[in-house]
Parts: sequence; C-alpha cells; structure tokens
Amino acid sequence: MPAKKAAAKSAKSNVSAEELLGHYREMLLIRRFEEKAGQLYGMGLIGGFCHLYIGQEAVVVGLEAAADEGDKRITSYRDHGHMLACGMDPKGVMAELTGREGGYSKGKGGSMHMFSKEKHFYGGHGIVGAQVPLGAGLAFADKYKGNDRVTFTYFGDGAANQGQVYETYNMAELWDLPVVFVIENNQYAMGTSVQRSTKSPSMWKRGVAYGIPGEEVDGMDVLAVKTAGERAIKHCRSGKGPYILEVKTYRYRGHSMSDPAKYRTREEVQKVRDERDPIEHVRELLLTGKHATEDDLKAIDKEIKAVVNEAAEFAKESPEPALDELWTDIYATEVQQEA
Amino acid sequence: MATEILMPALSPTMEEGTLAKWLIKEGDTVSSGDIMAEIETDKATMEFEAVDEGIVGKLLVAEGTEGVKVNDVIAILVEDGEDVPTGTGESKAEPAPAPAAEPTPEPAAAAPATPAADTSPDWDADVELKQTTVREALRDAMAEEMRRDEAVFLMGEEVAEYQGAYKISQGLLDEFGAKRVIDTPITEHGFAGIGVGAAFGGLKPIVEFMTFNFAMQAIDQIINSAAKTLYMSGGQMGAQMVFRGPNGAAARVGAQHSQDYSAWYMQIPGLKVAIPYSAADAKGLLKSAIRDPNPVIFLENEILYGKSFEVPILDDFTIPFGKAKIERAGSDVTIVSFGIGLTYALEAAEKLAEDGINAEVINLRTLRPMDTETILASVRKTNRCVTVEEGWPQGSVGGYISSVIMQQAFDYLDAPVITCTGKDVPMPYAANLEKHALLTSDEVVKACKDVTYR
Repeated sequence: MPAKKAAAKSAKSNVSAEELLGHYREMLLIRRFEEKAGQLYGMGLIGGFCHLYIGQEAVVVGLEAAADEGDKRITSYRDHGHMLACGMDPKGVMAELTGREGGYSKGKGGSMHMFSKEKHFYGGHGIVGAQVPLGAGLAFADKYKGNDRVTFTYFGDGAANQGQVYETYNMAELWDLPVVFVIENNQYAMGTSVQRSTKSPSMWKRGVAYGIPGEEVDGMDVLAVKTAGERAIKHCRSGKGPYILEVKTYRYRGHSMSDPAKYRTREEVQKVRDERDPIEHVRELLLTGKHATEDDLKAIDKEIKAVVNEAAEFAKESPEPALDELWTDIYATEVQQEA
Repeated sequence: MATEILMPALSPTMEEGTLAKWLIKEGDTVSSGDIMAEIETDKATMEFEAVDEGIVGKLLVAEGTEGVKVNDVIAILVEDGEDVPTGTGESKAEPAPAPAAEPTPEPAAAAPATPAADTSPDWDADVELKQTTVREALRDAMAEEMRRDEAVFLMGEEVAEYQGAYKISQGLLDEFGAKRVIDTPITEHGFAGIGVGAAFGGLKPIVEFMTFNFAMQAIDQIINSAAKTLYMSGGQMGAQMVFRGPNGAAARVGAQHSQDYSAWYMQIPGLKVAIPYSAADAKGLLKSAIRDPNPVIFLENEILYGKSFEVPILDDFTIPFGKAKIERAGSDVTIVSFGIGLTYALEAAEKLAEDGINAEVINLRTLRPMDTETILASVRKTNRCVTVEEGWPQGSVGGYISSVIMQQAFDYLDAPVITCTGKDVPMPYAANLEKHALLTSDEVVKACKDVTYR
C-alpha cells in the first residue's frame, strides 16, 4: 500500500475560517494548559511523572476533527492533550494533575491515569504499549455490538517496538476490528531516538506484514492530520478492518518533567519550533488568508489564558480527596444489567 | 514372538479410557503406523497406531468397553504361523506413573461419623442431584450464563473448533456460534489485553488461558489494566470479566507447566480469585464469577477436570464469593485448603479418623475475598490449624492464613499453625521426583498429628 502524501495544500483552500479558528483555539488550549502544568509542577503542586504534549498538538486536534460522536480514544501516559481535544473539562484534568477531589479520577489516578466514560476516553495508561490491545478490545466491543464506531488507539514510536503491538495488529486485521492505530512518532522514546531503536524507521509499513494499510502523515500540519484521519475512519467504518497512521511529530519538552534532554541539542528543538510549529502554521494560514486579524488572535489567546488560569485555580482550590477515598473503587459492587 | 498391545496413555493425566472402536480384526496383518483403534480419553477421541508389525492374534477388550486402565493388555500380535500364547491378556498393568488421584469420590453417602450439621449449605435437602464431572460443570456454567446474557463471550486458544484444549468448551461453538466462541492465535499478552478492552467497552469476556502458566505472558494486562482501572478511574470504568483455565501441576509436564498461581493473584486488590474443588463448586462459582462486576481469576485444575461430584439440578445454581464450605466437621484440628488441595486434606482426614483424630476440613472456594471468619471460628473450636496447598512455601496462601490466625486468634492456639505446601523446588519431570515435590496426604496427616501432639 503506497503512502498517500497528505493533501494538505489542496485542502487549505477549502478550509473555512471557522474551522481554522477552531483548530487554533484547541491547539492553543493544549499548549497553554501544558505550559501551566509545567509551572505547577515546578511549584510542587503536581507530583510524580508529568509528560507534556507541547509540540504534538496538531495530532490530536486533527484527528478529533475527523472523529464523530461515539468514537472512542485511548492513549498512553502522555494524555493531557487527548483529553482536552475530546472535550474533557480542563478543570477536571488539571485537578487530577494536582491530585485533588475535583479531578477526573478523584485524585486517585494522576497525570497518567484519567478516564471519561462520557467523552469515550478510555485512558491514560502507564505501561508502554499496553493501551494497544486495550484499544483493539474497545473496537472489538463495538463490532460485537454491531455499531459503526471507530476507536483511535494512540501510541508512540517507543511503544511501536513492543511485542503486544504486533500481536494486536494480527488479531485486529484477522477480525476486521474498526481501530485506527495512531503512531505518534515524536522521534524519541524517552532518550532514545528512533534511529537508535530501529533500522526500519517507517513504522506504519510494519502493518503491511499483517495486511493493514497505512500511511505517513505530517503531524505538524493539523489539516493534513485531519484529512488522513478521515481516510482512516472511512476505511474502518466501512468494515475493512484497522488502519495505521504514522504521524510524524515532535515533542519540545523532555520525556517527563525530570528529563534533562541531553540526548538532543537545543538547536534541534529550536529549529522545529521556528520552522514547523503546528500552531504557528495555522496562525499563518489565518493571517495570510485574511480569516483573522492579529487582534482577533490576541483575543483568542486572552480567552484561552483565562480558561487555563481558571483550571489552575480550580486545581489548587479543590480539596485533597477525603481519606476514606483510599478504600473506595477497588471493587465494583453493582452487578451490571444484562446487555 | 507374541507382542502385547497395551492400553496407551494419551494425555499426561489419563489413567483410563474407553476403547471406542477396533479398526482391525483378528487375523489382520498390521504394520507400523496402521491405525488399530479409536480410544476415547476424557478429553478427546484419539486414533491409536500400531508400532509393531504382526498378525492380530487376539483382541482382548471388546469395542465400547469403558474404564480400560492404562497399560492393560488390549490385544496380542503374533508372527505368521504362531499361536496366541495362553495365559496372556491378564492385566499386567503397573500402577500408572501419574500421581495417584484420590479414589473416585463417593459423595456424601459414604460419609463418616462426624456430625454433618453445617457441612452442606449450598442447596436444599430435597433438591435432585446429578453426577457431573468438573469439566461438564464448567461448560454448563458458561453455557447457562451465555444464554442469559448476550454480552458474555468466550475467547482463547482452541476454545471453538477444537472444542477446548481440555474439552471444557465442548459444544459451545455449535450453540453460540463463532461470534461468541472465539479462537485466538497463540498470543496471550495480546488477547488478554483485547479482552480487557472489550470489558471496558461493556462486554463480559471469559478469557480462557490454555493453562495459567501461559498467563504469565499476559499478567501485565491482568493486573495493571484489568485489576487497577476501576480505582485509577475513580470508579468510572472497570473490567467485568473472567480469566480462567487450569492452574497448578498436571502430571509429568515439568517445571514450566506446573505452577500454582493462587498466592500470586490472591495478593492483588481489584482482582477476585476463585478456586473450585468439586463440580458443584466449579459450576456455582463460575456462574458467580461471570456475573461479578469485577475481574475474576478462576483457577481450575487439570487433574480435577475428570472427577465426578454431585451437582444440584437447579435452574440457576450459584455459590457466593467469600463463603467457605466446611467439607467435613471435626473437633480436633482444622485443615484449611482449596482447589486440588482438598483431595489431600480429605484423604488425610479419613486416615486421621482411623486414629481417632477428628479433623474439620474447610474448603475456601474463593481466596479473595477470603472467608477468614469461618477459619477463625473453626480454630477457636479446635485450637489447631494445618493449611494445605500445592504451591510453594514462601509467600504462600497458608502463610497468609497463619498470620491472620496469629493476629486474631492467638490465644486460642494450642500449637503453631503448620503450612503444608509443595516443595520449594521447580517441578521435576522424573516420576519419583515429581511425587516428592508434590504434597502427600501423609504429610498432612503428620502435620495434624504434630499439632495435636499425637
């Protein structure tokens, strides 16, 4: 299956101002949210591991733009962006980061473990690659129930070397499961660059061995991601089984907050920021296309900043979970209704 | 020279089988590789090939004969012109090298002296009973629950077309179809994860592991994904599902296929752990496991699969989790066990009774939740306790039980608790070594005599 180079250029002319502004707003929300999370981490309000999504915003925003109501998503521990993009409340996400009662998991999950049944967000998983069979399982459930929903299963270039990914590819294709495998190739598995972890750098092609079609996508171009996402969804929804998107992206920050990032140069990061930044890209499209003025965009910046500040305030003010929460949610007591 | 054809052992745990069909007759010439007979084990019908050449002199076992012991002479081959020697055909069978199983359980009827007041709480006295193997009981439980609830499905290696590697899922594919009885490739890690994801998505999977030894490939998904998600999500979503399959030693299958995982899974908050002994346990507990809204580890035992027990004929027979069964009431010592450990415990209790020691035997049935109340109540009465399991000693189930007793009934103890376990070694292959590595009822008897100072 040939890689279809995303048709971003041609798509641009058809994109409405409204859509572009939407992408801009959502990507900006993720970036500002993550910057704030980094700040709160530095202040000691967020503990443990905290993996920021800065630089990768176009991936989730593009794919969410392609998704429909009822489609599912599941990802790894670098999950804040996915939650914001699928419409989860920034307050609840931030309060989970600070380990407070108002968090999505009542403070019991933390940065890596958040869920929202309402938004069909199935986590938030801390073991590299473990979400891949889980995502295929969600797709299995939809197929079993006979609906046409699709599950986005996100994982990184690091997880792409895990054995369970290939066990899952095999079964997903064997059983025609409606799952889009999204490899967020941000070039580094913690401190190990893709070049140092595999000699077959085109990761989507590994699916060919199992009969799964796929393509490489420019993950710094939200429109290209959306277009590719639509192709993938169409394939899955029509009952043809899984599809792989290898989205080339870049993470500006360290693997987690405690990563000194000595494995790459400052210049490398700066170059991507200067030349390929996904938010700057949309900003440019908006300005050159005369869809918005500098003032319009400033107003959006201000609005987003307010949302993030509100989330941070909430996350600081929300009380720590009551001590008896230690002992709840270990076992479900309610026997579910028959399907 | 005449050659004796012996009843073959066609599985590691086979002790006897049915000679379903002869494909040769007296006077036929057979050569190596010819199929001579069809033999039915408790798991499958197998073709039995000739190894030697010769003329069929005599068929000693009629077609359709059940319960033919492994190593019984079933036919005689002679050479051309030779007569069938006299005096052949008598069983020369040495006892099967497999660890001797307990005598076919003679249910309650043959029950001994001790009062049975609180020993049979699972069904009313007037309920009709049916002799059922553990294997059939497990199948019946799954079939009943699949009829009851569309969201329940079975997945695993060889569960569908092969009818189950141990024949547990026999007939399920026919009744429920390939959508609900699903053969997987040999990828435990992957299909366990897909099962957990399907549970997150609202289905109620039964994930069969061909044995729990192979579930080690999948243990991350069992513990990190299935057991912990309810907690990590603040109660939003969990995994209603069952992981089941044979656990512990079978017979002569060596170190990598002979491990008891009871103590491992018992340790994990978020999991429930059931481990049936009898067919009634198997049926009642598995039905409860499938309905339980949590992930349940269901530890079966290959040696018990073929054993028959009485199962009540009821439309909907379930056994609640966390309720131990007193298999035998007694006053001198409490023996606590679970799963196949009960065979040693009950055998030991019989032997002890001959020496005038009345043992109370407790079948835990679920290890998490564990019915420690029943253990403690018994220990307060007998003042002595012996635990029995096939697993290893360090970090054992018995070790946990003895700590509970020490902390909650210390003043009642007249002797230290003794934990009878498998030996602290990987399982050896050699028959004599394997026998020593496993537990024996004599060891349980000795432990009971030690704690009763007899």
